[in-house]
Amino acid sequence: MAEKTDILVAEEHDHHDHESSWEGGDKKPFEVSYGKLMMWYFLLSDAFTFAGFLIAYGTLRFSSPSWPVPDKVFATAPFGIHEMFPGGEAPLIFVTFMSFLLIISSGTMVRAVQEGARENKRGVVFWMLLTVLGGAGFLGCQAWEWNNLINVEHMSVTTNPFGTYTENGVYLDPETGEPTDEAVEEGETYLLHMAGASHGEGHAGEDHFEYPTTPGDYAGFQIDDEGYIHRKYLVQDGYDQGQVKTQAFGPSAFGALFFGITGFHGFHVFTGVIFLLIILINAGSGVYVARQNGYEMVEKIGLYWHFVDLVWVFVFLVFYLL
Amino acid sequence: MASHASYEDSKKAVWKGLGLLAAVTLAEVFLSLMKAAEWAEGMGWLFIIASLAIIILSIYKAYFIIYEFMHMAYEVRGLAMTVLLPMILLVWAVIAFFYEGDAWKGNRETVNERNRMEIKAEPASESPVGTLTPEGDLTNG
Repeated sequence: MAEKTDILVAEEHDHHDHESSWEGGDKKPFEVSYGKLMMWYFLLSDAFTFAGFLIAYGTLRFSSPSWPVPDKVFATAPFGIHEMFPGGEAPLIFVTFMSFLLIISSGTMVRAVQEGARENKRGVVFWMLLTVLGGAGFLGCQAWEWNNLINVEHMSVTTNPFGTYTENGVYLDPETGEPTDEAVEEGETYLLHMAGASHGEGHAGEDHFEYPTTPGDYAGFQIDDEGYIHRKYLVQDGYDQGQVKTQAFGPSAFGALFFGITGFHGFHVFTGVIFLLIILINAGSGVYVARQNGYEMVEKIGLYWHFVDLVWVFVFLVFYLL
Repeated sequence: MASHASYEDSKKAVWKGLGLLAAVTLAEVFLSLMKAAEWAEGMGWLFIIASLAIIILSIYKAYFIIYEFMHMAYEVRGLAMTVLLPMILLVWAVIAFFYEGDAWKGNRETVNERNRMEIKAEPASESPVGTLTPEGDLTNG
């Protein structure tokens, strides 16, 4: 089986040999090898797993009165690049860069498969190496993104500090508790900062008020037991007009969904990089030259790698774009 | 990319495909930022059109990756159908689950509405400034 190419088998297929299908033989359903066919069906099942996760995300989002606006949640970039943007926020810039890394590595993967079809060992190794670099770069970016969310913005699987206002109003002054002219806007997403922790983003409007670190109820804000600062605001429209409210946490499922789904995708990228490396080393040491099947192994890992890129299209869609 | 195209042509096709995917991605990000821009506030129709456009562009990207990069266009029709047809089940899953999610939201609003009616029936006890809001209000979800 190993020494035959797809083309040879396809020709045999036309000869109508009457060997029973049940005995196996060299017949190939759908004119592809067993390995490629099963890779397709594995990817089909994996697509359903991801679809289940993403549909759960959509369902919970639909069921929530508010949801964090992605442009606010994902507005930071490494090396303080976001500081160079107006307002100190670079919405979606970093994650777009991450998407480009995956897309480009998909392109280099196609090139590796093409070189494999020509039995060009050096070409396969070169393009697979670039693909591995793209995948590793993506993982590095994701590590930065997670670290920033966990350690700088204090999001966790159970706590979502990204809340969203459902009413219009004005903030109370943290010190005096008097209404200010700093506006609270319906649909705007805010981040609950940690008292005493230095947070990366500076708000121009705040006059560097030093929040205490002891939990309690203060004139213009509350500090909860975990240390999150909840500012108070005066509601100026809707049913609760005239009431003073305290900034709430965002939908609690957000953190679990984000870390769960991007983590599961990142795990796929990670295993993809490992398998790419294994097949890269095999290709480099001439294992596939002997098989003379047009580097079919490279084609199979290529299918998996494109699938990882394909899933990212949808993760990118639901978490960042919509 | 096609196995029947010449090597030089298929090499060019890869870079063209990459350019296409990059351009579509940039268009998506542009639309996404536009719908969240300040001047677009209160323009519900723009939000819906931009969101729909982004979804359609994403599906186009998926189609391109499957058919060109993963070579589905050059496989036997039966293989393509056995992989792609089961995906139709997901269309129903999306409709059913999103409808259910929306119903939860509706139920929650109904409960809030009833609570307000009960509070109205009793003489309103004005809550002084700075009181802790009820626990239910501390989470939006």
